[in-house]
Amino acid sequence: MRGVISDTERRGMRRRLSTIQVLLIVALLLEGAGPIYWLFKGAISSTQESLRDPLALWPAEARWSNLTEAWTTLEVGHYLTNTVVLVAGSWFTQLFVAATGAYALSILRPSYGKYVYGAVLATLFLPATVSMVSLYLTVLDLGIANTPLSVWLPAGAHAFNVLLVKQFFDGIPRELFEAARLDGAGAWRIFTSVVLPMSRPILAVVSLLAVMNAWKDFLWPMIAITDTESQPLAVALPRLADTSDQALLIAGMLIAIIPPVAVFLVFQRQIIRGIAFTGLKG
Amino acid sequence: MTRRSGLAAALFLIPTVLVFGLFSWWPIVRSVVLGFQRTNLVEAAAFTGLDNFRTLLADPLLVTAAGNTLLFTGLALIIGFPVPIVLAVLMSELRRGSGLMRVLVYLPVVVPPVVAVLMWKWFYDPDSGLFNQLLGLVGLGPYPWLQSTGMAMPSLVLEATWAGAGGAVLIYLAALSSVPTELYEAAELDGASVWRRLWHVTLPQLRPILLIMLLLQVINTFQVFTEPFVLTDGGPEDSTVTVLLLIYRYAFVNGDYGAAAALSVSLAVVLAVLSAVYLRLTRTWGTK
Repeated sequence: MRGVISDTERRGMRRRLSTIQVLLIVALLLEGAGPIYWLFKGAISSTQESLRDPLALWPAEARWSNLTEAWTTLEVGHYLTNTVVLVAGSWFTQLFVAATGAYALSILRPSYGKYVYGAVLATLFLPATVSMVSLYLTVLDLGIANTPLSVWLPAGAHAFNVLLVKQFFDGIPRELFEAARLDGAGAWRIFTSVVLPMSRPILAVVSLLAVMNAWKDFLWPMIAITDTESQPLAVALPRLADTSDQALLIAGMLIAIIPPVAVFLVFQRQIIRGIAFTGLKG
Repeated sequence: MTRRSGLAAALFLIPTVLVFGLFSWWPIVRSVVLGFQRTNLVEAAAFTGLDNFRTLLADPLLVTAAGNTLLFTGLALIIGFPVPIVLAVLMSELRRGSGLMRVLVYLPVVVPPVVAVLMWKWFYDPDSGLFNQLLGLVGLGPYPWLQSTGMAMPSLVLEATWAGAGGAVLIYLAALSSVPTELYEAAELDGASVWRRLWHVTLPQLRPILLIMLLLQVINTFQVFTEPFVLTDGGPEDSTVTVLLLIYRYAFVNGDYGAAAALSVSLAVVLAVLSAVYLRLTRTWGTK
């Protein structure tokens, strides 16, 4: 496999290329891992030390207690639990809606299916932020504002998931369903014991994207959940920023990025392939 | 199709229709209706014609917000659009450590936007912030990153570029790997230098995906909210008030849902046109 530069040219400019290679990796380290390291360093330094000697690479006295103190005094642990609850529910609704909807649209195929699918795809045209105000009024009408449901349920209306899963289902050979039907399996049985087990790869992609996106959510949870005690960490942090000790706030920020960064590092292969494969984020 | 499976299909579609109906289709219709109503949650909603749009046009902040949003979009195109392309080309040519490079380049995207923004606010601190400290080492600054009307918006764009570039890099990398190598070989035989090959082969081959990414970026930057909301709250002197921030303030600060909806619908029309172009491009790109 060659790229713009051919293999013969590579041999001729090996030294120059490896210099650029080293520079590139150093630049990416500084750009990608640098800020996260800095956040880590800030989280275990005292506020006084961060102000006195901002460029120190490691604190004179590492204060790991900042992390536990942020967890309890700033209630980061409490808000993190709220985040986990919101993310878990959003993940479930997204998966449930996408799997059931795609099953009906791709495999059961009712005559009106194409209209439903068209209406689902049409929402891709309009970013959710644009109907945010009326979505808020709808959530108020339903009486679910300030409850996790106000985040869980709207998360399910994610056209891109339906599209991805339906395309995957479209590729399953129809003979499998015929065979199952002859064995006397109904629509539900075929769904749970034929379609779902075969769809693990796509359900994993949708799950990863759903969890990562739900973890990043800010504007909608801030609007929908105004009760400060029920807010997720992302919404609580800017509020805490105005009132808290800097070192504790930075410790809180570090805690907030550990779960998504850990998920990313563990599933990097799947996530990176998922992004390149789905092309664009939902 | 038997009647039984007709019933099953209807049952399986219930979650989709309910969730999309209540939280997507109805709010879209409702936004349009709200735009022509006066709604403050206290009195019953009443149709008031174009009143909300008149309120908007009479608000001097509207022009400011539209201008600021365009400025953000424009700066993001100038600063943020070329960066991922250059990175992707470099990464695809220099392949040693490609796994590590991919992880590093995508790490900022994984950081929740609010944390990223708060972190940059800390870096931007005029006294003890990382940037002024580092620049101070070489005798530059201190700069009022977020405190001056001229620098605030570029500072927001810088943060947004850092936070968003990784996703674009991965997409370009995928696109680069599908450029037919014969084209490079042919160009090389014709005596084209590496730079000319990049210009005459790589870029034209990437053209469809570049167009799509351009539109997607414009659509996304038109809706910028978290950066101005958390970093500057629209300041200093309204120099970073964006359209979405204005919608937020109308609705959730002033309680004027009608004006907020009217502005949302206006923004939606602009975005819908852009999205229509986008979907058209993806379709022609997909069939090519």
